[in-house]
Amino acid sequence: MAKTPIPDVPPEAAGPGGLLSENIMHFGRVLRRAGLPIGPGQVLAALNAVEAVGLGSRVDFYWTLYSVFVNRRDQRDLFDQAFHIFWRNPDILERMMQIMLPDAGGAQQSAEDAEEISRRLAEALNPNQDGGDDNEEGEEEITFDATLTWSAGEVLGDKDFEKMSSEEIRDALDAIRRMRLPIMEVPTRRFRAHPSGGRIDMRRSLRAALRSGSDYIPLMKRKRRTRHPPLVIICDISGSMERYSRMMLHFMHAITNDRDRVHTFLFGTRLTNVTRYLRYKDVDAALERVGEAVVDWSGGTRIGHSVHEFNQNWSRRVLTQGAVTVLISDGLDRDEGTGLALEMERLHKSCRRLIWLNPLLRYEGFEPKSVGIRAILPHVDEFRTIHNLDSMRDLTRVLGAETPRNMESMARWRSAAA
Amino acid sequence: MTAIPNTVDEAEALLRSGDYLPNRSLATALYLSLSLGRPLFLEGEAGVGKTEIAKVLSETLGRRLLRLQCYEGLDVTTAVYEWNYPRQMVEIRMSEAAGDRDRGALEADLFSDNFLIKRPLLQALEPDEAGAPVLLIDELDRTDEPFEAFLLEVLSDFQVTIPELGTITAETPPLVIITSNRTREIHDALKRRCFYHWVDYPSAERELEILKVKAPGTAEALSEEVVGFVHKLRDMDLFKLPGVAETIDWAHALTQLDCLSLDPEMVNDTLGTLLKYQDDIQKIEGSEASRLLNEVKSQIAAAGAA
Repeated sequence: MAKTPIPDVPPEAAGPGGLLSENIMHFGRVLRRAGLPIGPGQVLAALNAVEAVGLGSRVDFYWTLYSVFVNRRDQRDLFDQAFHIFWRNPDILERMMQIMLPDAGGAQQSAEDAEEISRRLAEALNPNQDGGDDNEEGEEEITFDATLTWSAGEVLGDKDFEKMSSEEIRDALDAIRRMRLPIMEVPTRRFRAHPSGGRIDMRRSLRAALRSGSDYIPLMKRKRRTRHPPLVIICDISGSMERYSRMMLHFMHAITNDRDRVHTFLFGTRLTNVTRYLRYKDVDAALERVGEAVVDWSGGTRIGHSVHEFNQNWSRRVLTQGAVTVLISDGLDRDEGTGLALEMERLHKSCRRLIWLNPLLRYEGFEPKSVGIRAILPHVDEFRTIHNLDSMRDLTRVLGAETPRNMESMARWRSAAA
Repeated sequence: MTAIPNTVDEAEALLRSGDYLPNRSLATALYLSLSLGRPLFLEGEAGVGKTEIAKVLSETLGRRLLRLQCYEGLDVTTAVYEWNYPRQMVEIRMSEAAGDRDRGALEADLFSDNFLIKRPLLQALEPDEAGAPVLLIDELDRTDEPFEAFLLEVLSDFQVTIPELGTITAETPPLVIITSNRTREIHDALKRRCFYHWVDYPSAERELEILKVKAPGTAEALSEEVVGFVHKLRDMDLFKLPGVAETIDWAHALTQLDCLSLDPEMVNDTLGTLLKYQDDIQKIEGSEASRLLNEVKSQIAAAGAA
């Protein structure tokens, strides 16, 4: 802890300005290192705020800094911990010390979220720590593991995705990277000038009348702007999907980088939002981050549980403005479809269109026998396969059209599942 | 007219005088936003009293309340200003008939204050005798990103530019309160300019206090049971948890039904005021409701005995 920039003088002892402002600046820097988006602007704002509120009570001081530095709900815990450590609360400092001890490395892997944050904070408080730090080594190893998985996947490429050789896989990945997915455009409530639009643009008409100086008012028209709705992808990465998940990730990366308003979720036994990681332009960097963030690779599947998690925590945040949802899963559920039908119904009701992509569908004699599949089928608008490049390209046609293209086959699937 | 609070305590007292019971963190955020002239950004689940804060503020401070309800596609013509085109047309026709003005004068007349329809954002920049108005930008998450970007400009400089009239700047910036239900994340650039506060569900004691103020006709024993039951519900795995607004509604509904103490039947009959999703109602109705109710009653009894 020798290099930790914890202030020598408790803030209560220092007057406004001087040491206090320095300490607030250091506090801001600690928070920034811990991942909060804090710039000099916020630090200045914090100084002003503290000056305005005064240093009467610790509680007020806390909430003053809070209202300046925190601007998302999930930053609350981090701020709370940082505050108590930085502005010296012996109890919590002790707890933190324990977390920072070397033997925490083991616990960290099975990490609860809270502990994970604390570790981040510990690093932020102590950025120059070198040598004898098991924590960092532990992290190295995880990263290394993740990359290993990916390159191992590369070697095993001919294992599937229609039995491709690794070279073919590389070509396929290339093709995926170049893939563009036009989603159908839906009209918005905004307008733009258009010579043959359906509505009169009064503002431009009057301006034009005054400009031209003639006796009549030329009618200017306007038209609705169109825009593609948000796209939400929920992808199964459990053991049974292992052979496809790598391709799917490349596919999702291509889509995410092609447009705005794409949200991506992965699930096995639990749901992870990987949207931010997939925004990295470089596909390998993106996948490496995803590999670090997701803990349930190639394990069991709990579809019902994961969809429930999505409905509870995310549906209201990402499914607004008529989102199209794509569910990629083979429908084989470890929980035997418990509660799955209910959750799928809720999901279906919350989005504009629900498309289910199931790689099992490529088998000729595929029949919707499993409990999970039969629970999902009644609640999807579209049921398609996704096992090779062609089926991916097909998907572009599906997303490009406003209405489902294969009503008949949907009806057939539903009756087969009933 | 009340003066702007000078301390956090005063801010708390101000809200209390308007029958709003804030916790300390909300009072701090409000005080900061008022004294440093930055918008207050309130986020939280539906029905926890975000909009109410703005209403109470305008009432207790005696300021005008300007409300901008956001929706998708909200644009400058509905948020800031619009020219009154029909009147402009009539004016052109009349000046033609009278032949009394030349082009330049007509144009200056047409695009003057008389023909301007002011929308909330523009109104908020105008000076007011009672002091700068309270500007409530409600449910910002419902609008789209382009409007958010526009708002950024208005909120940082408190000025808007109308090409025909020039730039209009507020002498004293309005007290801005922004609310969001978080159906979408608001961009960091906007949040950065505001004081952020997450409005949480209140603790049981505070909610009981709120009930006393907001539903004064409710019997004390009933209030306790209502709050206890609602708090049990908030621990459950429901799609939409009941907010404070629902608690108050429920208390009103029960009082209206001359109910002095909760019984399972009454709970089942009035569950629709608390839960707004059929799945949730199905889950709670019947045996689950009576189980929760029994728990609440025994807890209250235990607390009374202690």
